[in-house]
Amino acid sequence: MGAEFVQFSLTPILIGIFAAIACALPGNFLILRRQALIGDAISHVVLPGIVVAFLITGVVATWPMLMGAAAAALVAVFLIEVVRRMGKIEPGAAMGVVFTSLFAGGVLLLEQSDTSSVHLDVEHALMGNLEQLIWLRAEGWGSLLDPVALSYLPPELLRMAVAAALIGALTWLFWRPLKLSSFDEGFARALGLPVRTIGLGLVTAAAVAAVAAFDAVGSIIVIAMFICPPAAARLITNHLGRQVGWSLVFAVLSAILGYVFAGYGPLWLGASNSVSAAGMVAAVAGVILLLACLFGPARHRVGVAAGS
Amino acid sequence: MSAFLDALFFQAGYNAALVAVGAALLGFAAGAGGSFLFLRNRALVSDAVAHATLPGVGLAFIVMVALGGDGRALIGLLAGSAISAWIGLLAVEWMVRRTRLSEDAAIGAVLSTFFGLGVVLLTVIQGMSRGRQAGLEDFLLGSTAGMLLQDALLIAGGGLLVVTAIWLLRRPMTLVAFDPAFAAARGVDVRRIDLAMMAVVLAVTVVGLKLVGLILIVALLIIPPVTARFWADRAERVVWIAGVIGGLSGWVGAALSATAPALPTGPIIVLVATGLFVVSLLFSPTRGVTAAMIARRAFQTRVHRRQGLLALARNEPIHDRLTLRILRAEGLLRGDGVATEDGQAACARIARDERRWSVARRLHKDTALTGRYDGLTPIDDVFTADEITWIDTHMLAGGSA
Amino acid sequence: MADLTLLQSAEPLDPASPLAVRGLTVSYGEKPALFSLDATFPVGAMSAIVGPNGAGKSTFLKAVLGLIPRVSGDVSAFGRDVDRVRDRIAYVPQRASVDWDFPTTALDVVLMGLYGQVGLWRRITGAHKTHARACLDRVGMADFADRQIGQLSGGQQQRVFLARALAQDADLFLLDEPFAGVDAATEAAIIEVLKSLKAEGRSVIAVHHDLSTVADYFDHVMLVNLRRIAEGPVQTTFTAETLAEAYGGRLGAVQIDALSLQGA
Repeated sequence: MGAEFVQFSLTPILIGIFAAIACALPGNFLILRRQALIGDAISHVVLPGIVVAFLITGVVATWPMLMGAAAAALVAVFLIEVVRRMGKIEPGAAMGVVFTSLFAGGVLLLEQSDTSSVHLDVEHALMGNLEQLIWLRAEGWGSLLDPVALSYLPPELLRMAVAAALIGALTWLFWRPLKLSSFDEGFARALGLPVRTIGLGLVTAAAVAAVAAFDAVGSIIVIAMFICPPAAARLITNHLGRQVGWSLVFAVLSAILGYVFAGYGPLWLGASNSVSAAGMVAAVAGVILLLACLFGPARHRVGVAAGS
Repeated sequence: MSAFLDALFFQAGYNAALVAVGAALLGFAAGAGGSFLFLRNRALVSDAVAHATLPGVGLAFIVMVALGGDGRALIGLLAGSAISAWIGLLAVEWMVRRTRLSEDAAIGAVLSTFFGLGVVLLTVIQGMSRGRQAGLEDFLLGSTAGMLLQDALLIAGGGLLVVTAIWLLRRPMTLVAFDPAFAAARGVDVRRIDLAMMAVVLAVTVVGLKLVGLILIVALLIIPPVTARFWADRAERVVWIAGVIGGLSGWVGAALSATAPALPTGPIIVLVATGLFVVSLLFSPTRGVTAAMIARRAFQTRVHRRQGLLALARNEPIHDRLTLRILRAEGLLRGDGVATEDGQAACARIARDERRWSVARRLHKDTALTGRYDGLTPIDDVFTADEITWIDTHMLAGGSA
Repeated sequence: MADLTLLQSAEPLDPASPLAVRGLTVSYGEKPALFSLDATFPVGAMSAIVGPNGAGKSTFLKAVLGLIPRVSGDVSAFGRDVDRVRDRIAYVPQRASVDWDFPTTALDVVLMGLYGQVGLWRRITGAHKTHARACLDRVGMADFADRQIGQLSGGQQQRVFLARALAQDADLFLLDEPFAGVDAATEAAIIEVLKSLKAEGRSVIAVHHDLSTVADYFDHVMLVNLRRIAEGPVQTTFTAETLAEAYGGRLGAVQIDALSLQGA
């Protein structure tokens, strides 16, 4: 755990952790509201968003792309709502129609425009480039106190940390409305809470997390972190606060173990090349969920109200 | 334009023609097969199935290379994808059955985990000496460029096979999709038909991998059924209309994409389907947005007209602006709030209608008829003339009592 | 404008009533669920909303609270717009309307009733928790405070819902089928609590489906079937004639005679 670790592994692991936290927090509420796949839909429309941003600005720069992705996510959420209400289509199918159509549009635009010369492609949007977010200037743990070296930190780290902190703060601030409107929408509205705005705010937070994360870690981690850690946590406890806590533990664990297994696992097995860290983080999250499905103390459905 | 027409009518070369036929068959199978999922409100299960194919493709390649083969044989890759997709599907069902997680969470968990595993395997393959040219990334988005004749034949043949299977199973499948409980009562093995439906979806996914890719095959399973729902209310018709929409999208899309190099087949097919969907959403005569807006407006007018006339009949003041505007516009109310001659006649008619309904609901034993009272339906829509005479007699008797 | 004179001529809804509506029409798509309904509920009384299945009883409560859009009509609570007096109204939804699998405890659910007073950001203190436990105690659920709600029986869940409404310390209680699918002991416990609310001068309005207990439990009744069939004191309103009109052929003549003892 010396200089090499700080140079090559510390920043990717931290970025992975922040991305996992930013996604897992809203994921808890999405799962409880049976909207888990909104995360899936959002991460698919990131691609058309960045392509359109590139076509408009003509440059491959971070901020226009993030804005484009965020705009695409909100457009997708809006369109899903339009299709669901106006066409009276069940939410799953409405989501399917919208995100696949937008994704197809994104791929087509990508092929039509001359973006092959720049680093902008489907695989990047899916898998990210976690392994390349290294801190070459670091010379060891001491560099954490060296302002010059710190200024060479990959910008993704700060961005992801800010996104995670922002979403953490929002979750804390809006804990009560989120909880109440997820549990009993009728009662929340009778109290005068703006239930629809709360729902839209939640989806927007999810979109912010997805957009901030996809560039660094790719869409796969985004979808996996929206769903797997909160789902596993739900099977561990029957208490919302503890569920969110467990989901963060699982998210951080997946990020660390996934990165370590991807980087060092093949070496342990005698192979020479590392494998995709993003893919491995998702796979570890899946294994954690599998274990929770098998052994989680609150895994069974019990005492569901019979209805009347 | 002529290039497009050539492609549309199979004049653009043997391979292109086969691809067009294959795309049409695949589109039909996807539309019809996807309808069964859609009618059971499980459309997004196809998303899990599609993403779960990736590790199978990777493993199949590794196994084929390990056995000394080329690794790129399409049939082998498709077989691998089918196996891992099936495992993914079973994982979704297992989670929903055995844990408290809902289906959407299970779908999301399976699709992200399997896809993550698949990406890991792809990077493993890239590290292999043979892996550099594997071209497995094509399975993400599909690619018809440089497709071998035998691949095109495989797709066309596979499409034909799935369409035949749907044709053979159409009756029990529509029955189960429409009403599983009724189907079970009729002696249909619902679990088995469910599996057959899933097998159809899986087959469509696998056959479509090379053509449209695993992300967009979901679109072909979802968009045509949703579009068909705008044009039919009966399950069987939804299935066939969805098939036709899917087939049309596949055929036209494949032809369009053959006209230019920068028009990838998968996205074009999907966007043709999306176009049909948008047209249906806006203009379907029964469920379309335009029709709904017109109907909503007409309904509101009816409610306000009736409420206003009832208030006039009871000599109560009207205070709702919209009511006033509607009554005035129809010449039933004067500017000063007094009913016109037409208005008075309408009031009398409606007041009588209300009295008749009130008697009918008290006396008539048939709740199926009296239950149709909704405050708007005139009583002569529901009862025959002699029944109304009977009601009137009771009305007079009741009034004098 | 001519409109204005007419608007002014409209009489205001009774300001003393905890809940008054006029011309209330609600529809699900093309099918009206309530048509041009007028009602004025008395203060400090227990009122029942009665009618056959699908008559619009639950719809009435939801429309009054603005949970579903109204096609037309005015609603006033304590003489004011409902939005301005939400903190004086407690709503107990149908038990089937929420996700009982939600990861939360009985005490947590009752604390949700305090959100109106505590606000969304101020700390929940020990005093609030004591109050919530007292509300649970009032419905006989003190020992179940820390249970996950999914592990409670239907009757116990209904009691938790009632405790949450009690925590709101409201003046008007709107209950949607509080006795649906609950055991006899729970029904007795709930009615006890509702009667104590009435004794404190608060108003209770409940959607009720059991005709045989209307006369025992309630003072005031509104019979609904799409529109208001009758409304007034149970003694004079709950009669064979109004029941026949509300239920049509659904109730036999014998049943109606048996039910409406007072009115006959």
